[in-house]
Amino acid sequence: MAEQSKVTFIITRQDGPDAAPYEETFEIPYRQNMNVISALMEIRKNPVNSKGEQTTPVMWDMNCLEEVCGACSMVINGTARQSCAALVDQLEQPIRLEPMSTFPIVRDLIVDRERMFDALKQVKAWIPIDGTYDLGPGPRMPENKRQWAYELSKCMTCGVCLEACPNVNDSSNFIGPAAISQARLFNAHPTGEMNASERLNGLMEAGGIDGCGNSQNCVQVCPKGIPLTTSIAAMNRATNIQAFKNFFGSDTAL
Amino acid sequence: MAEQREFFFRRLHSLLGVVPIGIFLVQHLFINHLAVYGEEAFNAAAGIMHQLPFVLVLETLVIYLPILFHAILGVYIVFTSRYSTRRYGFFRNWMFALQRFTGIVLVIFIAWHVFETRVQVGLGNVDVNYSLMEGILSSTPMFWFYVVGVLSAVFHFANGLWSFLVTWGITQTPKSQRISTYVCLIVFLAVGYLGIRSLLAFAYGI
Ligand code: HEM
Ligand code: SF4
Ligand code: FES
Repeated sequence: MAEQSKVTFIITRQDGPDAAPYEETFEIPYRQNMNVISALMEIRKNPVNSKGEQTTPVMWDMNCLEEVCGACSMVINGTARQSCAALVDQLEQPIRLEPMSTFPIVRDLIVDRERMFDALKQVKAWIPIDGTYDLGPGPRMPENKRQWAYELSKCMTCGVCLEACPNVNDSSNFIGPAAISQARLFNAHPTGEMNASERLNGLMEAGGIDGCGNSQNCVQVCPKGIPLTTSIAAMNRATNIQAFKNFFGSDTAL
Repeated sequence: MAEQREFFFRRLHSLLGVVPIGIFLVQHLFINHLAVYGEEAFNAAAGIMHQLPFVLVLETLVIYLPILFHAILGVYIVFTSRYSTRRYGFFRNWMFALQRFTGIVLVIFIAWHVFETRVQVGLGNVDVNYSLMEGILSSTPMFWFYVVGVLSAVFHFANGLWSFLVTWGITQTPKSQRISTYVCLIVFLAVGYLGIRSLLAFAYGI
């Protein structure tokens, strides 16, 4: 591979949200230790396809370039992953790039992940502490709990788990695994726990946790190794208990 | 609460799959297995079941309505998934797809099976007994149709039991979910044995 002077990319492109997708092939000069993003930058510098025709530069999304922001996710050789962490030397050629098909396509490889942020709103994945006076230090968190909660906090809303989930698609309103795990994260927090039932009720709304069919693809593909299926099962238990409290009545119902 | 209706229906769907439908399936195959001990043993047991007081009420509440609800919502669920075993060939993804595929097989199989047995009995055309099943299963294509139907039902029940444990938040850790995979495999083998063994008894008298 190292001797090779050219790298071939076959990219699924789309000029706008409603335009028809098409494939375009690019051959770019090989450099050592290239990642997919540096290859896309090479195309941007000289947007000429493999037939020698001048074309528009391929568009993609990125931010951190170190696999923590989640913006650069795309389907690379059939697998959804972060393009900043995908090294050309480790990929089979020709390298195929496609946008994540679960999301609305903005242009080329850029997708709109807004549904993930809507999902976080549905489950109230934050801790409301705003007020008019200083609330003082929050309660302490047991160390063993902090350890697993830290793992959940690594989620970067990258969308890979939604892309792999068979139940996240156009004919279903399922919010996907990431937001379910985030509800668990904030319910584990000693201050966040005070609003636990609000998040559980969000999980029980339309498109919520009941959309999970246990294919468990999410936990296999998450680049952060988040135990998504454990979170889903834990939230299954918690929502069931919450549903009983809501129905039969209890002072902690709402 | 109105917006939580979907949650309630899905939980009900899950519950009905085990209680009562799953329990009924095990009971049904257990009674059928008496065919192995001979025609009289089977006829006696089937006769008791058939002569239970309020049998039509019991059947409606415990079997027909739950299966109807489970099947209708089930078919809807089947068509709202995007199957991806080619791209993501993980074990659980295959089980996910098979759970839905066997669900569709079951719609066809159960409709046929109920028409051929319970409906015909209700119309007074036949009696529930050993010779009814013997007659049906002596045809080779029907025998294999029943093998596929019974194995689909047993798979769907056993794998459904696994996901039931997740849906109700009983198995949470990867370890407990792995162990329950093996337990459900044993359930599949044991209940599947009952089913296939009785088909052999009806069809070939062995
Ligand atoms: C008549 C046709 C049937 C159809 C179309 C059907 C369909 C389905 C589907 C699509 C699921 C997956 C639900 C999910 O994971 O969210 C499911 C689950 C299940 N089914 Fe069925 N099913 C049928 C009959 C049966 C029968 C006869 C049994 C009992 C032996 C049964 C027992 C179960 C169980 C235990 C589950 C697991 C529930 C859970 O995931 O919590 N089903 N069914
Ligand atoms: S849970 Fe993992 S795969 Fe899903 S959005 Fe978060 S980081 Fe990405
Ligand atoms: S650019 Fe942030 S994860 Fe790739």
